[in-house]
Amino acid sequence: MTSTAPLQDPGSLAADQATDHAADHATEGHGDFRLFGLATFLVADGMTFAGFFAAYLTFRAVNPLQEGSTYELELLLPTINTVVLIISSFTFHRAGKECRGGNLAASRLWLAITGGLGAIFLAGQMVEYFNLPFGLTDNLFASTFYALTGFHGLHVTLGVICIAIVALQTRQGGRNTASDHFGLEAAELYWHFVDGIWVVLYGILYLL
Amino acid sequence: MTLANPSDFNGSLQPQGWLRYFSFSLDHKVIGLQYLVCGFVFYLIGGALAGAIRTELATPLSDFMPRDTYNEVLTLHGTVMIFLWIVPVVNGAFGNYLIPFYVGARDMAFPRLNAVAFWLIPPAGILLISSYFIAGAAAQSGWTAYPPLSLTTPAAGQVVWILSVLLLGGSSIFGGINFIATILKLRRPGLKLMQLPMYCWAMLGTSILVVLSTPVLAGTLILLSFDIIAHTGFFNPALGGNVVVYQHLFWFYSHPAVYIMVLPAFGLVSEILPVHARKPLFGYTTMVYSIMAIVFLGLIVWAHHMFTSGTPPWMRLFFTIATSFIAVPTGIKFFNWLATLWGGKIALNSAMLFSCAFIVNFVFGGITGVALAQVPFDIHVHDTYFVVGHFHYIVYGGTVFVIFGSLYHWYPKFTGRLLNEDLGRLHFLLTFIGFNLCFAPQHWLGLNGMPRRVAEYDPTFTTLNQVSSVGALLMAISTLPLLINVVVTAINGKVAGDNPWNALTPEWLTSSPPPVENWIGEAPLVTEPYGYGQHQEVPQEVQA
Repeated sequence: MTSTAPLQDPGSLAADQATDHAADHATEGHGDFRLFGLATFLVADGMTFAGFFAAYLTFRAVNPLQEGSTYELELLLPTINTVVLIISSFTFHRAGKECRGGNLAASRLWLAITGGLGAIFLAGQMVEYFNLPFGLTDNLFASTFYALTGFHGLHVTLGVICIAIVALQTRQGGRNTASDHFGLEAAELYWHFVDGIWVVLYGILYLL
Repeated sequence: MTLANPSDFNGSLQPQGWLRYFSFSLDHKVIGLQYLVCGFVFYLIGGALAGAIRTELATPLSDFMPRDTYNEVLTLHGTVMIFLWIVPVVNGAFGNYLIPFYVGARDMAFPRLNAVAFWLIPPAGILLISSYFIAGAAAQSGWTAYPPLSLTTPAAGQVVWILSVLLLGGSSIFGGINFIATILKLRRPGLKLMQLPMYCWAMLGTSILVVLSTPVLAGTLILLSFDIIAHTGFFNPALGGNVVVYQHLFWFYSHPAVYIMVLPAFGLVSEILPVHARKPLFGYTTMVYSIMAIVFLGLIVWAHHMFTSGTPPWMRLFFTIATSFIAVPTGIKFFNWLATLWGGKIALNSAMLFSCAFIVNFVFGGITGVALAQVPFDIHVHDTYFVVGHFHYIVYGGTVFVIFGSLYHWYPKFTGRLLNEDLGRLHFLLTFIGFNLCFAPQHWLGLNGMPRRVAEYDPTFTTLNQVSSVGALLMAISTLPLLINVVVTAINGKVAGDNPWNALTPEWLTSSPPPVENWIGEAPLVTEPYGYGQHQEVPQEVQA
């Protein structure tokens, strides 16, 4: 982190902005570090999940389950969901690549596919919720299960909304073009983060 | 490029004059002063609550207010002072005002996020205090909100408390992200990290702690609110839950929170001492590494708050050793401050008096801290007034003294006028005597077994409690000369000039108060912020 970061990322500046400010602040322009800010926020967000995971693992280690309850969960649907979410990370990556290459129609298509996969994941989660044999307050494991998957589901929902916004912006034009695509990159970073959290969650909640 | 360039917004859209302090201003200096004034209002409220506590404790009987009210007052006092006064002021106020100057920038990295972070605070504060009137009862479980206590006290007030702390935590995280981005990414070209004033390092370390630990508290409080509202059993033993997990998660934030409150004070005092002693800051590099060591160690010592919570022996051993280690980097900083003063041309003005008193108070609080880290001693004094005394020596004797010192030091920069020195010394004298009178006796009370958070106590403790209450009264009185000073000098004070202290740090190399974008023309490149006594003592080495 020793870089002094002047004009680090001129590519991200729209041409019109550059000419507006070039005369006044030629020596003071700086790179666009909104993504850096988002990444820092995701570290914080990740710590929230880390706290939840730590709580869950400790509960499992020291608090015995009541008789008649089990940690066993139906695996088929969550596994399909995991695959869906992992694929969606690749499709989002593809959308970003197409956008940077200037192929906006293709980018929009891949965004739509990603959003669709996110919606499938959420639908799968709902189906799972309705078929579970336990409710929120049944026992400690049930509560933790709903808290963890629910908090993650909230993140996925936000991600799908972000994807919809980015896709609409691309459609209207002017934003998320080959030269200026912060919104898309931010949504992509966030989506990969949510995806990564799910993989950990799947591992400790379903497989462990 | 538009992000850190407030000129786009400060033209016709932003209000000018005093009105801008009540607006969604994007100017870091306006936001800094908003934090400062808002925090000070909450300090007065928290102080009034402390006054109520000390009045109750002036007699052994619970005769001043009902016991439930005492618990509410005690909870509000702790929450207001920590989350609405110390954290916002020592981070938000001085951080926002100074950090952009120190990195040679015209504003923070994310000005809009900065304004959002500030404007979360007043509603959160109003929400918290109004819970006493609206929800029927404010939270009664202390600032720690330990379950099952927080599950059995009236629910509405506790939920409002959680909401308020979540808002304040969000504000804190946004601020932390902004400081990290500003310090690491927004530095003026040519300015190296190891040339930054020490307060930047303190704020970088603090912000790392904020970003890593505050979200854990947020998650924990969300689970606690589930326990209260939806009757889940995360922390409710009656429903198979585990209270110790709450304590672990809570202290994973709240121990670093002590460093979130005190590291910025370390930074501020490192700015004040060299200026008024006319000497370079001693041991810059060791100071930087000490801060980073404190950040790292601060994250792995939380369970020393839980030595009586059934902690297994290996855990006690680990946390005792790790906690004792913190004394090393802290000691390095302490001796560096002494070495900075050693042989200096010390001007004992109000800023310096408060800073030197900080060193004295803090070393006392630090020593009792090391004592508390030792399991046998901790078990003896756990949950007694010894802990209350120790804690206030750190946060009041440490941080609040530095906030006052910083006010005297930077007030000329904020307003262009100097605070009155006579009133300043009176303020210092009353605060210093009042503070020590109030909190030193609490160590003896604790050692003799007086528990904390009680409205009634054994009559044998009466004398020391009355001494403590007299100290609290002096502290309350000490606010008057400060308030008079701030108001009168703002209107009619001695004009300070741009750089009344002949300081070398960048905020003094512009007019007082500074223009909207900090500098007319280019930001100066200050590579030796502490070059006192080495060259001429006027800022000559400033390059264009």
